[in-house]
Amino acid sequence: MTNPRTIVEKIWDNHVVAHQPGAPALIYIDLHLCHEVTSPQAFQMLRDRGLKVRRPDLTIATMDHSTPTISHDLNVIDEIGKKQLAQMEKNCADFGIRLYALSSSKQGIVHVMGPEQGLTQPGMTIVCGDSHTATHGAFGALAFGIGTSQVGHVLATQCLLQQPSKTYAIRVEGALKPGVAAKDIILAVIAKIGIGGGTGTVFEYQGSAIRSLSMEERMTVCNMSIEAGARAGLVAPDDTTYQYINGRPHAPKGKDWDEAVARWKQLPTDEGATYAKELNIDASTLEPMVTFGTNPGMGMPISSAVPDPANISDPIEKSDLQKALKYMDLQPGKPLKGHPINVVFVGSCTNSRISDLRAAASVIKGRKVSPNVRMLVVPGSQEVKKQAVAEGLDKIFREAGAEFREAGCSMCLAMNGDMLQPGEYSVSTSNRNFEGRQGPGGRTFLASPLTAAASAVTGVVTDVRSLL
Amino acid sequence: MKIDKIESKIVVLPIDNIDTDQIIPARYLKITSKEGLGEGLFHDWRGQKDFPLNQPGAKGAEILVTGDNFGCGSSREHAPWALTQYGFNAVVSTSFADIFNGNSLKNGLLPIVVPKDAHEELLSSNLAHVKIDLASQELTLPSGRVVKFPIDSFAKQCLLNGVDELGYMLQQEPAIAAFEAKRVDSVNTLQ
Repeated sequence: MTNPRTIVEKIWDNHVVAHQPGAPALIYIDLHLCHEVTSPQAFQMLRDRGLKVRRPDLTIATMDHSTPTISHDLNVIDEIGKKQLAQMEKNCADFGIRLYALSSSKQGIVHVMGPEQGLTQPGMTIVCGDSHTATHGAFGALAFGIGTSQVGHVLATQCLLQQPSKTYAIRVEGALKPGVAAKDIILAVIAKIGIGGGTGTVFEYQGSAIRSLSMEERMTVCNMSIEAGARAGLVAPDDTTYQYINGRPHAPKGKDWDEAVARWKQLPTDEGATYAKELNIDASTLEPMVTFGTNPGMGMPISSAVPDPANISDPIEKSDLQKALKYMDLQPGKPLKGHPINVVFVGSCTNSRISDLRAAASVIKGRKVSPNVRMLVVPGSQEVKKQAVAEGLDKIFREAGAEFREAGCSMCLAMNGDMLQPGEYSVSTSNRNFEGRQGPGGRTFLASPLTAAASAVTGVVTDVRSLL
Repeated sequence: MKIDKIESKIVVLPIDNIDTDQIIPARYLKITSKEGLGEGLFHDWRGQKDFPLNQPGAKGAEILVTGDNFGCGSSREHAPWALTQYGFNAVVSTSFADIFNGNSLKNGLLPIVVPKDAHEELLSSNLAHVKIDLASQELTLPSGRVVKFPIDSFAKQCLLNGVDELGYMLQQEPAIAAFEAKRVDSVNTLQ
């Protein structure tokens, strides 16, 4: 009998191709997702070395990072961005890879598109040259971000050299209060353990609060695992997972479906398996969260006050907080609630799915966006956009004074012209509040779609519970 | 690229959790080559006069000493590309983010983790000279004290011999083919 294993260990064991002494294990990759920013140098490497893509049938590409969202007309972006997208088309054509280009009805943010098309399935190893690949962990897949050299390794061999990761159990029990969302769970986790707290581990999210989340909410939680330093985060598959996948374009059908579900049911962590680390959170104590600083670990419940560097003893930590508050131009000891804002961004691979847009629309409906605020709603994919339009969400946003855009990463990382001006404040549903992330000099408060929408209406950082 | 020994002055950047967006902002990521990233290194901080890389004595330094958890955030390999193009061959800290660590080793940039007391000495030794010996995994502090540092043994051999990991992986073709013969594909993206 084998020892009890975690889901992470099971997926790992299923994918070891070879493990020679003195080298890391060679791990097979079931699905490789590509986008235009982190792949061109990898394709060039293939050309330089005369290599082919080993498994184009396990590789898929989309355009998301550099893409314009005002319209999908390439003439609206700069020449370098245009060239990068053209290069993506050429690379995919030359190497026989399916590409969901801007003209495709399946185009979208890589981590929205994959699950939507049924490509993301339990037990898989999934990689992408993108740190938010952990999103796919919501399905019980081992999914993680890789660098461009590794993109080249996977293209050429469908494998990666890897050291096994330890499993870190993040257990969230109990029920969330109204106004508290999946985003608040993950922001609370990161605030608790810090942005390096998960380094070297894979998170396994467990507990009744996680079980009761929808697939889209689980994706939000897993998405930000990297913001606590974990390369991957996952949730064991269950009926919620199977229901989501069933019937999607790439989902197994008929007899294959029954066999797949039977395999997937073997994945959850065995009783008695041990974890390298554990964290317990009581969901009922969580409030809407908001970040005040310049990394995702600098977050707090919305009713709290901005922390005071004077209370910190470690000299580097103290100066880092001072530096963050200086950049954000915030006073220690004061609440963030009521702080004026300029922009609200609802989008990104964290919170751009249909349920996120519905949540934001539920707050916006019958209200107006504050005249001091520019609100951008950027669907995660063409399919999300289509669904939002079918439900009339686009009208709700537009009538309230918000912009409703084409699919892409947009203002999450401000590569495509959607950006903050220096000194502006945003409430953003994205994943990073690093200095300049949303535009040089821009200042980001990360929050849930509910909090973002509430803040758009009032023009200040707002506790959504006051509008429910 | 081959690395063996580095002997250089250090530049100290005493900030924890420096993310890859600071190392190289996203707007530099629209390129399709690796060229020109050195000038974007720490771009948004280099406008500040007192930024450590702007000191006259910092020019030519090959070793960067930083705070904890260097390289967190985005997986962009453009970060080690920018650092090496600028002239750095090693970064010394108390810890590195996982993806950055792996990316650095593939680009001849040594991510060196030292104990806290050695790190403290380095933080207070801006522009002093330090020696790094990859083969013996030793770093000689400005005081002359020698500390050991860990490094992935496979990556170390690749760096010492100037070979890359892909060559090794391609040699595993028979094992990969054997694995593929047994496995069931979950998806076919071309269908």
